[in-house]
Amino acid sequence: MKTITANRLVDGDVVWLGHNGEWVEYIEAAWILNNDEDMTKALDFAKAGEDKQYVLGTYAIDLELQDGHLRPKSLKERIRAQGPTTRLDLGKQAERHLRSA
Amino acid sequence: MYRYDEFDRDFVNQRVAQFEDQVRRRMSGELTEDEFKPLRLMNGLYLQLHAYMLRVAIPYGTLNATQMRKLAHIARTYDRGYGHFTTRQNVQFNWPKLSDTPQILRELADVEMHAIQTSGNCIRNVTSDQFAGAASDEFADPRVYAEILRQWSSLHPEFLFLPRKFKIAITGAEQDRAAVQVHDIGLQLTRNENGDIGFVVYVGGGLGRTPMVGRKVRDFLPENDLLAYSEAILRVYNRYGRRDNKYKARIKILVHETGLEELKQDIETEFEATKNGILDLPNEEVVRINEYFAPPSFEALPKISTELEAAKRNDRDLALFSSRNLHAHKAEGYTSVTISLKPIGGAPGDATADQMDVIADLAERFGHDELRVTHEQNLVLPHVKLQDVPTVFKILKANDLADSNAGLITDMIACPGLDYCALANARSIPIAQEISKRFEEVKRQNEIGDLKLKISGCINACGHHHVGHIGILGVDRKGEELYQITLGGSADQNTSIGKIIGRGFPEAEITDAVETVVDTYLANRLDEEESFIDAYRRLGDQPFKDALYGA
Repeated sequence: MKTITANRLVDGDVVWLGHNGEWVEYIEAAWILNNDEDMTKALDFAKAGEDKQYVLGTYAIDLELQDGHLRPKSLKERIRAQGPTTRLDLGKQAERHLRSA
Repeated sequence: MYRYDEFDRDFVNQRVAQFEDQVRRRMSGELTEDEFKPLRLMNGLYLQLHAYMLRVAIPYGTLNATQMRKLAHIARTYDRGYGHFTTRQNVQFNWPKLSDTPQILRELADVEMHAIQTSGNCIRNVTSDQFAGAASDEFADPRVYAEILRQWSSLHPEFLFLPRKFKIAITGAEQDRAAVQVHDIGLQLTRNENGDIGFVVYVGGGLGRTPMVGRKVRDFLPENDLLAYSEAILRVYNRYGRRDNKYKARIKILVHETGLEELKQDIETEFEATKNGILDLPNEEVVRINEYFAPPSFEALPKISTELEAAKRNDRDLALFSSRNLHAHKAEGYTSVTISLKPIGGAPGDATADQMDVIADLAERFGHDELRVTHEQNLVLPHVKLQDVPTVFKILKANDLADSNAGLITDMIACPGLDYCALANARSIPIAQEISKRFEEVKRQNEIGDLKLKISGCINACGHHHVGHIGILGVDRKGEELYQITLGGSADQNTSIGKIIGRGFPEAEITDAVETVVDTYLANRLDEEESFIDAYRRLGDQPFKDALYGA
């Protein structure tokens, strides 16, 4: 399982590719890629996102199942998806908390 | 302090205007990321894990209250309310928007600051002793020469595309507080037998994946030849430094591969052709720049402040603070105060916008409007009256800035690591925090005494682990963070590179391992006077290995 990630050009924020080629701010809404066909489609969307100056540095990351939840396999990508592990008031984890508050 | 002249102001303003246009063209699609990246890096703007990161230059770590307040304002307005002070005496903001950076740079230019040459293969911010102009043991104020080097190296057309980045450090005293021997060029001010000012010159020091101690190329370089000789070194490096492999492109590799004697000869030949020309330091220019750094008019005060001594008797915390965080000043009745940015359990080098404002106020009220950033990620009020220390301490304490740990085990260097940095392999800050909490007890820290612990989250060694008495390097071992310990490093006048002691430790075990190393030192030291590094140099690594891995 994979998904596509990037940073948004205007503010550098971490984003993931959604199902319809849109870029989403939380990994929970990312498009999970399970086959080559989807991956090809996703990479086309990713390139389009770069061409439109919306994102930069697109790349695919590996996902894994942990306690029934999908999460990035690498610690680096988990930190990108959450925020600094030492500052829970910063990054996605903080914004998620605000959204649900 | 140095003040911009018309030339400085014009060129910084021009750069802001250029960058504003570059950002506009990037957002509109006229520039691709490949085209834009080198331009943003030339203005200190990186892309990290969560966002962009802006690195702002603080030349030789000196700034005034207005500049510190501006950093606080930027942290508050454009970032997340804090800044991170670095081992290169700079400050980094971790969350700026690309669209805001031209405005940030414009605001910085208003207070004579910028982010030029904080990235890229050019001569970077010249670093220096945080007690420059104040220390009782210095030959001369090294910032005068750091400023001369800054002017020479800023936008130097020949040296903007070097094989790799180039770092210069200068110290004014025999006691090296600027780690000069681990820089591409290290300069140590000295005097010859006639009393003339000059420099001991080291070349080819550096950390990173191939740590090397700088080699001495001159015992005494006359003051007048500073720029001509520096230019000669850079020319030799620019011509012969490797461009085929970025990991072998620093001047340290050139020194190593060419051999010291041959390289020295190359430098001297180039110097012969360069000296007695336009790069001779004109005496009037040295005098002019010296005037910018003229010490404030110190009052005639008694050597010992009765006010401070009385206050210390009534306040144990103040006594402790005074024993660790005050540094001997050249003027009687004055001291340099270290403001620790290493609270127990905190992120080394971070300060909130509110704290920056408080520190700016202190500089204005009690410190002749001067502040310093140290390469150990602390701040310094260089000129404070001893009699004002109790009030300064009280204000610091009220703002969580009064940790009395300067030079102790909890005063550690740590890079941002994998929590922020795109290059990192492992986290640094949580390790620093755990160790800090483990050694929280004041009595224990003081029993251990002077100990430099330095943590890097990857081999690039921004956390200077190679020169920590105890160094910790985070690596990625099959997706798990693993931490290697090095022992015996040092970045003072007796610089040495630490030795890897054995296999690494997982996150859950590294704090215990550090404690084992410290306990081994305590059990084996001759007496309380023998510091960790002295004991290590006497004992070697065997007792530490035995304690960590079993005999």
